[in-house]
Amino acid sequence: MQVLYFAWMRERIGVPKEEVETSAETVAELVEELKSREPRYAAAFEDMAAVRVAVDQELVELTAPLEGVREVAFFPPMTGG
Amino acid sequence: MSISVRAEDFDVGAEMAAMTKGRVDIGALVSFTGLVRDMAAGSEMVLEHYPGMTEKALASIETAAQDRWELQDCRIIHRYGPLDAGAQIVLVLTASPHRQAAFEAAAFIMDFLKSRAPFWKKEAGSGWVDAREADEDALDRWS
Repeated sequence: MQVLYFAWMRERIGVPKEEVETSAETVAELVEELKSREPRYAAAFEDMAAVRVAVDQELVELTAPLEGVREVAFFPPMTGG
Repeated sequence: MSISVRAEDFDVGAEMAAMTKGRVDIGALVSFTGLVRDMAAGSEMVLEHYPGMTEKALASIETAAQDRWELQDCRIIHRYGPLDAGAQIVLVLTASPHRQAAFEAAAFIMDFLKSRAPFWKKEAGSGWVDAREADEDALDRWS
């Protein structure tokens, strides 16, 4: 699936998006998998209270399932307007 | 009902005129404009967004407002990219037969836009702007 990062998450991880092969069943499992890969992911996902997630462009909770999902995005709380 | 997410500026008067053109059934037209503030003159801010999700999120907020109030028309324009201090960021227009629906719907749209539409502000110098708890709390009054 495509994994996208925005704002400071993009800066900490160093790429705006990447293709990720995973067997994670939920967003939370995907986060744990990414964190174990490299320190830059561990740093970006250090404080999950400051991370929001969208699955196929809809805001979801960390417990959301990933089956059939094409796009997951991680970003900080939104500051538009 | 319409959404525009773009880098270009907008003309509030022209947008309002376009909404009422050729109609005599609209009794109230509310306009809200958000501006870049609290920055030194000449300094710059950059607004990042999530193309695709941004439009979906704004359309869903607009639909929620339409379901709740008697709206005859509604328009949201939100800019992204580099913006100078004092620049216009966002425009919300709501049209209704009576003022209360137009006022409330515009406030509702802005409250949800603030913390549900995927935009992030970065100020030159001070970095990414933190989300305000007050913005999240503002949603409670609509529940």
